[in-house]
Amino acid sequence: MIQFLNLLFRNRLAGLGAGMLVLILLIALITPVLPLPDPNITATADRFMSPFSEGHLLGTDHLGRDLLSRLLSGTRLSLAVGVAAALIATVIGSSIGIVAGFLGGRTDNIIMRLVDMLMAFPYILLALAIVAALGPGLNNALIAVAAVNVPFFARNIRGVTVGLANKEFVDAARLNGMSNGQIIFSEILPNVLPVIVIAMSTTIGWMILETAGLSFLGLGSQPPQADLGSMLGEARAALITFPHTSVVPGIMIFLIVMSINLLGDGVRDAIDPRLKSGALSRPLPATIVERKEVPPTPDKDLLSLQELRTEFHVGERVYKAVGGVSLKVNKGECLGIIGESGSGKSVTALSVMGLVASPPGKIVGGTVSFQGKDLVGASYNELRSLRGDRVAYIFQDPLSTLHPLYTVGDQLIEAMQAHRSVPQKDAQARAVELLEAVRIPNAAQRVKNYPHEMSGGMRQRVSIAMALANEPDVIIADEPTTALDVTVQAQILSLLNDLRRERDLAIVFITHDFGVVAQLCDRVAVMYAGQIVEEGPTAAILDDPQHPYTKRLMACVPELGGGKRELHAIAGLPPAVDQLPQGCAFAARCEFAQEVCRQGGIMLEPKGERAVRCLFPVNADQIEVTL
Amino acid sequence: MAAYILKRLISAIPVLFGITLIVFLIMAMIPGDPATAILGAYATPENVAKINRDLGLDAPLFQRYFIWLGNLFTGDLGRSYSLNRPVLHEIIERFHATLVLAGSSFVLCAVFGILAGVVSAARQYGWADKAITFTVLIGISIPSFFLGMVMILVFAVRLRWFPVSGMYAIYGGGDILDLLRHLIMPALALAAVATGVVARMSRSAMLEVLRQDYIRTARAKGVKERKVILGHALSSAMVNIIPVLGIQAGFVLSGAVYIEMVFQWPGIGRMLVDAILKRDILLVQGGVVFVAACYVLFNIVVDVVQSLLDPRIKS
Ligand code: SF4
Repeated sequence: MIQFLNLLFRNRLAGLGAGMLVLILLIALITPVLPLPDPNITATADRFMSPFSEGHLLGTDHLGRDLLSRLLSGTRLSLAVGVAAALIATVIGSSIGIVAGFLGGRTDNIIMRLVDMLMAFPYILLALAIVAALGPGLNNALIAVAAVNVPFFARNIRGVTVGLANKEFVDAARLNGMSNGQIIFSEILPNVLPVIVIAMSTTIGWMILETAGLSFLGLGSQPPQADLGSMLGEARAALITFPHTSVVPGIMIFLIVMSINLLGDGVRDAIDPRLKSGALSRPLPATIVERKEVPPTPDKDLLSLQELRTEFHVGERVYKAVGGVSLKVNKGECLGIIGESGSGKSVTALSVMGLVASPPGKIVGGTVSFQGKDLVGASYNELRSLRGDRVAYIFQDPLSTLHPLYTVGDQLIEAMQAHRSVPQKDAQARAVELLEAVRIPNAAQRVKNYPHEMSGGMRQRVSIAMALANEPDVIIADEPTTALDVTVQAQILSLLNDLRRERDLAIVFITHDFGVVAQLCDRVAVMYAGQIVEEGPTAAILDDPQHPYTKRLMACVPELGGGKRELHAIAGLPPAVDQLPQGCAFAARCEFAQEVCRQGGIMLEPKGERAVRCLFPVNADQIEVTL
Repeated sequence: MAAYILKRLISAIPVLFGITLIVFLIMAMIPGDPATAILGAYATPENVAKINRDLGLDAPLFQRYFIWLGNLFTGDLGRSYSLNRPVLHEIIERFHATLVLAGSSFVLCAVFGILAGVVSAARQYGWADKAITFTVLIGISIPSFFLGMVMILVFAVRLRWFPVSGMYAIYGGGDILDLLRHLIMPALALAAVATGVVARMSRSAMLEVLRQDYIRTARAKGVKERKVILGHALSSAMVNIIPVLGIQAGFVLSGAVYIEMVFQWPGIGRMLVDAILKRDILLVQGGVVFVAACYVLFNIVVDVVQSLLDPRIKS
């Protein structure tokens, strides 16, 4: 609760709304004791006095009545009527919703049908019909406004109740011999109450506005009694000659509704958990770069990363997702990056083309160089012209990574036309060719399919075809087979391998599966907590893993290329990257850990073609011993 | 496609029946003898006897509903006693004016609402976003009838840009330009709240979509940012925006009541208010059923547009 209020008031606008509302409520409460003239005393001699006249701060209306005192009593009345309508709608609507949701079956069905029909009406129209039947008057307007809001509450609260009615604690209460009524009051109601309160707080502004509206039309409060709406309605006749009589009540309605809206928005934001983590930020077209120093760019490799650092800044916290990674890949070569989820392997891959979601992501150091050109410092336009053209991506889950509303053909064509103007006809033919190249049967028909009409394996082939569309130099594949079953996985892997051979592609393959690495990759880099802990030719590392973590990773693979397995066999969890330990990040889980391991940063020591980041590397003999 | 439209039309039939039943039951709440209630000041014995005969008002409630429904099917909504003409004629004439007003407001709210939402999302936390968010807050808080009055004061009385009220000039008006001059203020005043709501929903729908994986895919392909926002993101966001438009159409349609009063627009909303004040029950009853039915049909159009946009709906 405290946390909720904190969140609410951190939002300055919500605080402003709350302040305004409290002020208006206070004034409305103390109005009867204020030394003001009677709001209904007419004085024809004093008609239409302008504001700031003697004895009438806001002037007088068409009957010479004091506007300030009429405004305050009108505010009182409008608030009272709006709140009363909200309470009635809440109580009746919520009761209907709870009963329907709790009982379910026929009762629920009939009630909800009726609710749907009521909601089929344009809102104010229904209120008008009710006022027409009951006759104009403030009480009837109140009933009408409450009645048209009942379906809204009934539907919302029913939804929540249905979710609760099947929970264990309700079953338990039933077994304990509680009656339906008892269960509703002791188990259901306390749980739906917060939802009811929120629904009420978001609609109360509407209801104040609507009753004021009916009064404005002359269907609500009748003279001499006046709420804000009827004040405005009566003043309308003199709108052009004496505008102040209209403007005064109008501004008051506006202030009330705005303060309620501000507060309501604040409440909603404080409740919506997505907003807390800042997740509702939209990612920019390219990752933000804040580099302090720029290391020199090596020029001979096709793609190389030097001391790359990518961080996520969420509130006060800094997650060092990539903590100084250096890698390189050349033509026709396949580099594997392996690690558990959260090791920073995907973020490394996305950093290459500035695709890390930003905010909150930031590249804070290092370089990515492609054919000698630094991509981290490149402008958005330079990056865009390389994306998908020279360096293409294949992502993990093709159902969420392909656009659901475009046909696969259109998505392929778009990939080509983003980089060069290809006539529509040629592009279409080329799209079919691409689908054939990734061995999709019936390609000419398939181009017209939407992603949801294809199987997972087919969709992934489409992603691969899309990556191939511009004959790129590098393909970065981020766990492209993880969502697929074993046979399909094997097919996709051999397809990628063939394409690499045929087209001399460089592939960066990100996975958590050593089996996949063994099948496809020439070299492999093992990542842990944002750093490379071991790197070298795949065969050498498979034969003789030297980092204790690599060894443990390999032990998790019962058979090569097995498919969807998580690396759960390693005891413990990797350290959170916002709280990295001082020394070796693996120390807490390492069976060889010594005191020195925890003392200072450990370097990635090169040894010939290989490198390892460990003070006490495992060698073949040691493996024998420890096993 | 045709099958989908047919399915939606069939599913609307019970809703339309429900609407007639609800309106009928509300009107049956009127205390006292229905014939006298309907006739009000015109309740002479001859009139009472005639209307009892015509509408079967002395029959039981249940039977009365079916008599009314039967008449409804033949297009007979009864006769307005205050206007002394058939209810249907009056409704159709007035609805035309409302349609012009509400229709233009709806177009305004859809176009400007979505535009504002997209700009706001694409420039999140930038000055454009802040300006739009602030304007939207004002827009959704100001009662349309007050906004209309303020607009009259500023643009009609002070600046003399537009006429104060009405649909056509009394002397020499009647062409489309004259109509436009009269239409601009009421249409804007009526659209204000709906535009604000649409802008808000569009902004959050866009932000939601921009975080999706397929947006990252589009960027990874090298698609230009303008196309990512206006193509990939907006087309997906529309799936969530269109239902909001459907709901706002209802608000615009019924909110027209206030605006028609403020601007003396000869639409169905003003007709309803006048009819209520004159207790012309048949006119109210017919008007409400007519507008509600139009809204139900409009929602079918919304659903069909939605299904055209989202290939996942039909399968
Ligand atoms: S440095 Fe020490 S703790 Fe870290 S992996 Fe090597 S042996 Fe284990």
